[in-house]
Amino acid sequence: MKILTANRLADGEAVWFSANGGWIDSIGGAEIARDKEEEARLDAVGKAGLLDNDVVDAELVEVELNDGEIVPVRLRERIRAAGPTNRTDLGKQARPGQLAEAA
Amino acid sequence: MYRYDEFDHGFVKSRVAEFRDQVERRLAGEITEDQFRPLRLMNGVYLQLHAYMLRVAIPYGTLSSRQLRMLGHIARTYDKGYGHFTTRQNIQFNWPTLSDVPAILADLASVEMHAIQTSGNCIRNVTADHFAGAAADEVADPRPYAEILRQWSSLHPEFSYLPRKFKIAVTGATRDRAAIKTHDIGLHLRKNERGELGFAVYVGGGQGRTPMIAKKIRDFLPEEHLLSYATAIMRVYNLHGRRDNKYKARLKILVHETGAEAFGRQVEAEWQALRDSELRLPESDIRTIDAYFAPPVLPDRPGGDEAVRLARLDSRRFAEWLDQNVTTHRNPDYAAVTISLKGIGEAPGDASDSPMEAIADLAQKLAFDEIRVSHEQNLVLPHVARADLKAVHDGLVEIGLATPNANLITDIIACPGLDYCALANARSIGVAQSLSRRFGSLERQKDIGELKLKISGCINACGHHHVGHIGILGVEKKGAELYQVMLGGSADEDTSLGEVLGRGFGPDEITDAVETIVETYLRIRLDRGEKFIDAYRRVGAEPFKEALYAGEFRAA
Repeated sequence: MKILTANRLADGEAVWFSANGGWIDSIGGAEIARDKEEEARLDAVGKAGLLDNDVVDAELVEVELNDGEIVPVRLRERIRAAGPTNRTDLGKQARPGQLAEAA
Repeated sequence: MYRYDEFDHGFVKSRVAEFRDQVERRLAGEITEDQFRPLRLMNGVYLQLHAYMLRVAIPYGTLSSRQLRMLGHIARTYDKGYGHFTTRQNIQFNWPTLSDVPAILADLASVEMHAIQTSGNCIRNVTADHFAGAAADEVADPRPYAEILRQWSSLHPEFSYLPRKFKIAVTGATRDRAAIKTHDIGLHLRKNERGELGFAVYVGGGQGRTPMIAKKIRDFLPEEHLLSYATAIMRVYNLHGRRDNKYKARLKILVHETGAEAFGRQVEAEWQALRDSELRLPESDIRTIDAYFAPPVLPDRPGGDEAVRLARLDSRRFAEWLDQNVTTHRNPDYAAVTISLKGIGEAPGDASDSPMEAIADLAQKLAFDEIRVSHEQNLVLPHVARADLKAVHDGLVEIGLATPNANLITDIIACPGLDYCALANARSIGVAQSLSRRFGSLERQKDIGELKLKISGCINACGHHHVGHIGILGVEKKGAELYQVMLGGSADEDTSLGEVLGRGFGPDEITDAVETIVETYLRIRLDRGEKFIDAYRRVGAEPFKEALYAGEFRAA
């Protein structure tokens, strides 16, 4: 399973492509590609995002579902989704309603 | 310290205007990311995991209080209230938006600072001994030469597209506090038998995935030939440095593959054509730059020793700080003070906005307006009257920055690691925090004595793990963090590279592993006078391997 992530051009914020379309700043609502065809479609969305100058560094990253929650396989992506592990007062993890846990 | 002239002001201002235009065009979609990336990197703007990062140059680590106050202002206004001082004497802001960067650069320009050449394959910020101009063991202040190199290398058209990045460090002291042998060019300022100033020239040092100790190619280069000789080195590198493989493109690889002697001969041959060119520095030019670095007029302050003696009796906390964080000054009435940015359990090198401003105030009031950034990620007040040490100490206590741990095991160098950095494979800060807490007792730290612990979160070695007495390298293995341990590195005048001990350790094991190493040292040292590095050099890795891998400790 893969999701599409990038950083927003104007502020560098880590974002994910939403199941509802558009880029969102929390991983929870990201659209999941479950086969090669869906991956190819998301990949095309990422390339369009670059061309439209909405985002930079778009890439597909591998995830798992843990009790229905999207959890990236790589620690790097878990930290991107939450914030620095030494500063839980910063990043997405510090925002109300965001429970992403990096490590 | 150096002050911008009209040319400098105009140049930096026009560069800010140029980048403002480039950012606006990028945000408007007029230029692509592929076109913009090299432009932003030339202005110190990286993209990291959570946001953009702006790396600001602090030439040879020297700041005025006005400049430090501005860094605090930027941290508060555009970032999240803090900055990270780096092992290249720079500062990084971790959270700026791209749209704010031009305003930040304009604020920096107003205090004679910029972010030019803090990235890219060019000559980076020239670093220097953080006690320059104050050290008792110095023949002359190395910073005028660092400034000459800065002016020469800034936007030098011939050296803007080198095979790879290029780092220069300068020291003027017997003790090497600038790690010159881990740089592409290391310059050791010295006097010859006639009392003339010049440099021992070392080339081809570096860390990263292929660590190398720089080799001396010239014992004495008269000061007037600094730029002609540096140009000769750059030309040989530019001509023969590899461009086909970025991992083999640093000068260290060229020097290694050519051989230091042969490389030195090529440089000397190139230099013959340059030595009497316009690159030869007129004496008057050197002395003009020198004058910018004239030490502050330090009035006689007799009575400092008595004041310190009484304050020491009165306050154990002051006495501990005095023993650890105060360094001998060339003027006996004065001292250099290390402000530790390594509070127990804190992220090495991070400083918040208000403390930055408070340090600026202290420097203005009691330290002749000067602050230094050390490559060990601390701040330094280079000129403090011994009679004022207690007042400085008390000021630092008020802002929580009087941790008396300079050069002890909790004075850890650590890169930002996977908590911020897009290149990292593992976290560094968390490991540093855990080790800092484990060894937090000052009594225990003092018993252990001088111990340089350095941590990098990837092979690029920003945390200088190769030259730590104990070095830790974080890697990713099967999706998990794993920490390799190496021992015996050193970045001083006896530079050595650490040797990997064996299998790595998981995040939950690394603190115990380091403790095992430290306990082994305490057991085998001849006496309290034998430092960790000396004990390691005497006995080698075996006792440590035995303790880590053969005993009950279960390796990952």
